[in-house]
Amino acid sequence: MSKVRVLVGTRKGAFILSSDGKREKWDVNGPFFAGWEIYHMKGSPVNPERVYVSQTSGWFGQLFQASDDGGKTWYQPGVKTEDAGAPQWPPVKSNRFVYDSSDATGKPLTTHQWYDGTQHPWEFKRVWHVEPSLTDPNTVYAGVEDAAIFRSTDGGANWSEMPGLRGHGTGPQWQPGAGGMCLHTIILDPSNPERIFIAISAAGAFRTDDGGKTWKPINKGLRSQFIPDQDAEVGHCVHHVAMNPKRPNTLFMQKHWDVMRSDDAGDGWKEISGNLPTDFGFVIDVNSNDPETVYVVPIKSDSEHFPLEGKLRVYRSKTGGNEWEELAKGLPEKDCYVNVLRDAMAVDTLDKCGVYFGTTGGQVYVSPDGGDNWKAIVHDLPAVLSVEVQTIA
Amino acid sequence: MSDSVHNVRVQIPYHLRNLARVEGEIALEVVGPVTIRSVLDALEQKYPMLCGTIREHDTLKRRAFLRFFACEEDWSHQSPETELPEAIASGKEPFLIIGAIAGGSGPGNSRRTPHLELTMQS
Repeated sequence: MSKVRVLVGTRKGAFILSSDGKREKWDVNGPFFAGWEIYHMKGSPVNPERVYVSQTSGWFGQLFQASDDGGKTWYQPGVKTEDAGAPQWPPVKSNRFVYDSSDATGKPLTTHQWYDGTQHPWEFKRVWHVEPSLTDPNTVYAGVEDAAIFRSTDGGANWSEMPGLRGHGTGPQWQPGAGGMCLHTIILDPSNPERIFIAISAAGAFRTDDGGKTWKPINKGLRSQFIPDQDAEVGHCVHHVAMNPKRPNTLFMQKHWDVMRSDDAGDGWKEISGNLPTDFGFVIDVNSNDPETVYVVPIKSDSEHFPLEGKLRVYRSKTGGNEWEELAKGLPEKDCYVNVLRDAMAVDTLDKCGVYFGTTGGQVYVSPDGGDNWKAIVHDLPAVLSVEVQTIA
Repeated sequence: MSDSVHNVRVQIPYHLRNLARVEGEIALEVVGPVTIRSVLDALEQKYPMLCGTIREHDTLKRRAFLRFFACEEDWSHQSPETELPEAIASGKEPFLIIGAIAGGSGPGNSRRTPHLELTMQS
C-alpha cells in the first residue's frame, strides 16, 4: 500500500508526518533541527529517501541538510556522514551561497530597488525553496533571498549561481516584498528538461528555455495597483505559482491580489478570481489527478493576514478558475486568525488526491478526498513555513 | 615562539554545540600567535560543520548577531589579527563566542555582557 510522508518546515524546527494511503492515522516525528527556522524541505522524486532541507537562523546564517533515509538521520553535505565530528578540510561549503560575479561565468552584481526607492546591493540572506531535480537525486536547485537561483550537482555539497536570471537586465527594477526579496517558487517542466519557471516577490515570474542560461519575464496580463506602471514587465508581487505536471503549459498563480492562470507557459495570464470572497492570499495548488481543479486559501487583505470572519476556508475550483466553492467541513468555524504562507500547501498523488496545508498557528490539515473533508493532523506545532508531500509506493 | 602550540578553551552557543555534536567547552590546539582568526581557523578545522556559522564564507566577516568576548572584554570589533590576552593563550580563561540576546544582564554578569545587541527574533 502506498504511504505518504508530509515534510513540515516551521519557525522552530522540522517535522515529518507519516501515514498509509488511507491518511487517517498519523505518526509525528520531530522536531529535527530544533530551534532553527526550516524554510523548506523537499524529497527527490527520483529517490524519495533523499530529502533536502533549508535550515536558517538570524544568528548563524544558512545551513543545508540532507537525509538518505527519509529523514531518520541527517547530514550536512560535504561532512562525512559516518563521523560528522571527524576533522576534514577544506571547509564545508554546503552553506556557501555566493553570487557569481566572475567575468567568465557570472554577471555583475548590480543593485535592486530598496524599500525607499533607492538602489541596494544584492546580499544573500537565506534559502527559501529547495527543488530537487526530476531526474538526478544529486542535482538540486535553491531559490534564495536576495533573489537568485543556485544549483548543486553534488547533493548540496557545493552551490553555483545560475547568474543569467539575476543578470538578465531587469534586476535593478526588482524590489523586496514585505518578507524580503525572495525567490520562492521553482517549477521544473517534466516535459522539457531545459525549461524552468521561477517566481520572485516582488519582481514576478520568469522562465528559461535553455536550462538556465537565459531568462525572460513572463508577466503579461498581470496588473498590480501598488506599482506606478500597473502592467509593468516586472515588479509584480507574485506569491506562488503551481502546475500539474500532466499539463505543464498551464500555470496557476496566487498574486498579492488576484488569482491568475496561464495556458501558454506563462506567456500570457488572465484573472480567474471569479467569485472568491477575497483574492488576496499566498498558497495555490492543483489537484494531482485533475489539472482543472485548483485550491486557494483566501486571506482577508494585505493588511490583515487572516481568514475572513475568523473562519478558515479552502476554496476549490473544478473549472480551472472563476467558479469557486467554499470547503469548510472539518475546518475552524470561528475565532481563527492564522495565516497560510506561500509554500505551505501541497498535494499527494494518490487516486483520491490528498490536499495538505499548514498554518502560522501550527496546525497541519489534511483532506484525503480532494478537499471535501478536512482534519488536523497536528494542532500545536510552531508556525508552519512550508509543507511538502511525498507519495511513496 | 611563533610556532608554539597553545591549548585554547572556547565556548560556543548551544545551537553550534549541537551542530558540532559536542558538549560543553571545546579544547583547541592553536599553533602560533593566538588571535581571533587563528582560534576560529582551528575551530573550523576541527569542526568543519561550523564553517559559515560564526563568520561568513570568503569575507570571514563576523556574523552580525554573534559577539566575541575575552577576559570579560568585548573583542567583537577588534581586528581578527590582534593577539588575544595571555590568559586566553594559556588556557586560563576561555574565549567566548556568544549569540547576541535581548534584554539586560543579571547581577554578577554585568561586566561580561555590557554591549550585547538586540535581535529581531524570539
